[in-house]
Amino acid sequence: MASALINVPARAGRGEIIEVKTLISHPMETGFRRSQLGALIPRDIIRLFVCTYNGTEVFRAELHPAIAANPFIVFSTVATESGTIAFRWTGDNGFSVAESAAITVG
Amino acid sequence: MKRRTSRRQFLLAAGSAAAGIGLASVVQVKPARATPAEMQEAIRKVVGPARVTTGKVKLDLPPLVENGNTVPLAVSVASPMIAADHVRAIHVFTEKNPLPEVVSFRLGPRAGRASVATRIRLADTQTVVAVCELSDGSFWSGSADVVVTLAACLEEP
Repeated sequence: MASALINVPARAGRGEIIEVKTLISHPMETGFRRSQLGALIPRDIIRLFVCTYNGTEVFRAELHPAIAANPFIVFSTVATESGTIAFRWTGDNGFSVAESAAITVG
Repeated sequence: MKRRTSRRQFLLAAGSAAAGIGLASVVQVKPARATPAEMQEAIRKVVGPARVTTGKVKLDLPPLVENGNTVPLAVSVASPMIAADHVRAIHVFTEKNPLPEVVSFRLGPRAGRASVATRIRLADTQTVVAVCELSDGSFWSGSADVVVTLAACLEEP
């Protein structure tokens, strides 16, 4: 089972720009490598990462095989209100992982 | 006198035949490589008929990379990130990876700051290009040259 690590500040001032760091364990198999028998290893990557802030999408990343294994994504968002920041990774072979973090704004 | 194939002739013929087969198989397993022209084509696909101007985009990549399997990449765009003037998307492309596309980030005024970072794979010494799309529909680009000593995508699992 994939495990995700998220770094979001627990509290922030209203209107403050916060930095969000996410890391998820995934091999990101490119589909260009061959096994020792010469057979092509099928592609298995995360295709999409979406971040929603209290239900509103604030960030999205479309990933390709050139993203390193265990995708690490850093972005920023404005702390508008208290609530939850939710993250979802979806990819090949039905890969789907959701994670969320609570933030207090005041 | 009847001409017979000498041992030397036979070995020569057999050797060149084997070399031919070897060459053919090398050509066959050579990994797919994109070219700078394919990168331009991929950029064109994203940008459409719009013109891409150089500037505003800053790519942060180490100039010398020892391991192409994980290369830290940071992209930032000079933009106030307000509703009237913000970055809509940042796309990253490479010249010589098997596929020119690397990643597409979609942002909005809620991002607060047009700055993103991730880790990428690089198959060769090459130029990495980032193209950003602003809310007014204009496109800006920035690039960085990277020297890679150990390439990604080539090692056996």
